Amino acid sequence: MADTLTPVLSDNWDQIRSWQLSSYQRSGGYDALRKALAMQPADVVATVKDSGLRGRGGAGFPTGMKWQFIPQDNPNPKYLVVNADESEPGTCKDIPLMMASPHTLVEGVVIASYAIRASVAFIYVRGEVLHVIRRLQQAVQEAKDAGYIGTNILGSGYDLDVVVHAGAGAYICGEETALLDSLEGRRGQPRLRPPFPAVAGLYGCPTVINNVESIASVPAIIKNGPDWFSSMGTEKSKGMTLYSLSGHVTRPGQYEAPLGITLRELLDLAGGVREGHELKFWTPGGSSTPLLTSEHLDVPLDYEGVGAVGSMLGTKALQIFDDSVCVVRAVLRWTEFYKHESCGKCTPCREGTWWLVQILERLEKGQGSDEDLDVLLDLSENILGRSFCALGDGATAPITSSIAHFKDEYLAHFENGGCPFDPMASTVFATAGASA
Amino acid sequence: MAENHTTATDKTVPYSTGDSKITDATIAEMREIAARYPVARSALLPMLHLVQSVEGRVTPEGIEACADVLGLTGAEVSAVATFYTMYKRRPVGDYHVGVCTNTLCAVMGGDLIFDRLKQHLDVGNDETTEDGKITLEHLECNAACDYAPVMMVNWEFFDDMTPESATQLVDDLRDGNEVKSPRGATVCTWRETERVLAGYPDGRADEGPTGGKATLAGLRLARERGWTAPGGSSNAETQKED
Ligand SMILES: Cc1cc2nc3c(=O)[nH]c(=O)nc-3n(C[C@H](O)[C@H](O)[C@H](O)COP(=O)(O)O)c2cc1C
Ligand code: SF4
Ligand code: FES
Repeated sequence: MADTLTPVLSDNWDQIRSWQLSSYQRSGGYDALRKALAMQPADVVATVKDSGLRGRGGAGFPTGMKWQFIPQDNPNPKYLVVNADESEPGTCKDIPLMMASPHTLVEGVVIASYAIRASVAFIYVRGEVLHVIRRLQQAVQEAKDAGYIGTNILGSGYDLDVVVHAGAGAYICGEETALLDSLEGRRGQPRLRPPFPAVAGLYGCPTVINNVESIASVPAIIKNGPDWFSSMGTEKSKGMTLYSLSGHVTRPGQYEAPLGITLRELLDLAGGVREGHELKFWTPGGSSTPLLTSEHLDVPLDYEGVGAVGSMLGTKALQIFDDSVCVVRAVLRWTEFYKHESCGKCTPCREGTWWLVQILERLEKGQGSDEDLDVLLDLSENILGRSFCALGDGATAPITSSIAHFKDEYLAHFENGGCPFDPMASTVFATAGASA
Repeated sequence: MAENHTTATDKTVPYSTGDSKITDATIAEMREIAARYPVARSALLPMLHLVQSVEGRVTPEGIEACADVLGLTGAEVSAVATFYTMYKRRPVGDYHVGVCTNTLCAVMGGDLIFDRLKQHLDVGNDETTEDGKITLEHLECNAACDYAPVMMVNWEFFDDMTPESATQLVDDLRDGNEVKSPRGATVCTWRETERVLAGYPDGRADEGPTGGKATLAGLRLARERGWTAPGGSSNAETQKED
């Protein structure tokens, strides 16, 4: 049985200047790269596959298997693209990781690129995080100067270039095929699949796209072995991961634990829900994952456990809302987000999110009726599964789940002729114990 | 996306003002950016960041320069520039001040902070103060929810904000006082920021801490309780930041 918290990715974050190469090397950095370069690329892939690592960007697809799909007999160049767009509301793990230890990602990039025999790797980072971009740029430069990136890396005969690429503000560019279009210098709109990126990705060439945390987990797996990694976690959800607690919790932040920990345990570590208040609702993995309530405190936070209660583990972005928060206000705001970020390519999402906002605005003002709730559910049903990409599906998650758990609160808005909540009460600067 | 994002302003978008600062040196840098990629068009996003660093917005001349370098039409470049919220067609002030009003920050106080700043600066969303110093905008989640309510100044983090600390922050910016991000560097101008985003480092990566309190919350607890991953930690006993 592993300890309750198992810092691996975060283990060097309290070291002096942990973002610099010299600090990272003092913590054993780039040992895994040496080890990987002494292995056959296919054996690196097999090691990652055996570890059971699943993608940490939301969908949980097995990482080693994704790498194996790259057709090595394809004569085109191969590419690795790191998805560092982190924009799913609530998600805040990749950014602190790259701020504190960009070399963990860079080392993972070189190992992953070697495994799939990529010639160039791209780190596509959202543009709105200046200091993280500075640290990534510096880390890549330091790695080049040290011979970890470039030609004939550490005498292995393997060549790799790494480019840090800043995006320009568009949530949809986190969707992997929209990201590829954006990286090709176009509007970020999703592509039809198949063909999958493994076969025809960036510039039509075989491409692996992985989340920051997925790639950053690779050096530790290579260094300590697949069995070490799979000794943490649950049967089908292996390893440690970053859980991000935010909102009405005493000590919000990053908690790295084996997959399968529960919210009850995490809240306990984080000092509980804000004093004087009770947990009302929470997202297990960002706003695109259906809301859960205090009924779900003991659900194991792994892919299967959260799936079994009708939500998704997603990005493990645990946004905690206490009893001072109006669920209708929260859902309206998320819906406005999806409307704003809809790329406009397909009708159900482009038009549907627009209608959802119109109706929710009316409901929040207390001008709606029971029928509007049926229209909301009907609209959601028409968007879910009929949209071109998962953004549209995600837009319906807060709506359908909030109506399922909090129908009475929607009704209270009609009865009350408006929102019965005081918006001041939910703020961090509301005086403790004041109006709830 | 920018094109269907309604703003409070009804000011028209300035087309060419005839004072473009794009020079041969800018074009040379655009070519340099293009050379970083296996296919030159991939450079378009960083090139547009470069245009903003030179022009203070995306100008028609900037669009034409990108089009020339990449062999595209101006319309093709415009289509891309208008898709992304970070590209601005109106001049941006020295300081771009963002307030996260996505759900979590909003309920934690972001909505009240944004309202207070609109009043205090006498501007609406996506508008610039008359002195040209500050452009105010509400933001979507900026991946810092564990520090809610969050603000960004020229894309540097400002954590755990209140209406009072927010007004103090913008006053300091307007008065020209030095302002440091709690998880970043001393704030530079918006144009300087855009240059870093174009891929030209400014040598300031070493400023600031590894992370803030929330970043380190779990790690500190693990250290206190002696918890590690199987096999132990090589860092638990070594020198710590602060
Ligand atoms: C609208 C939308 C936004 C997404 N945003 C991100 C993101 O910011 N970061 C990320 O890693 N994955 C994001 N994803 C998931 C990616 O499409 C993809 O599944 C992931 O990057 C694969 O990496 P992984 O297998 O390592 O998880 C998003 C998906 C959708 C539909
Ligand atoms: S679902 Fe939305 S974001 Fe996805 S392709 Fe359709 S319009 Fe674009
Ligand atoms: S909701 Fe404001 S940073 Fe995430």
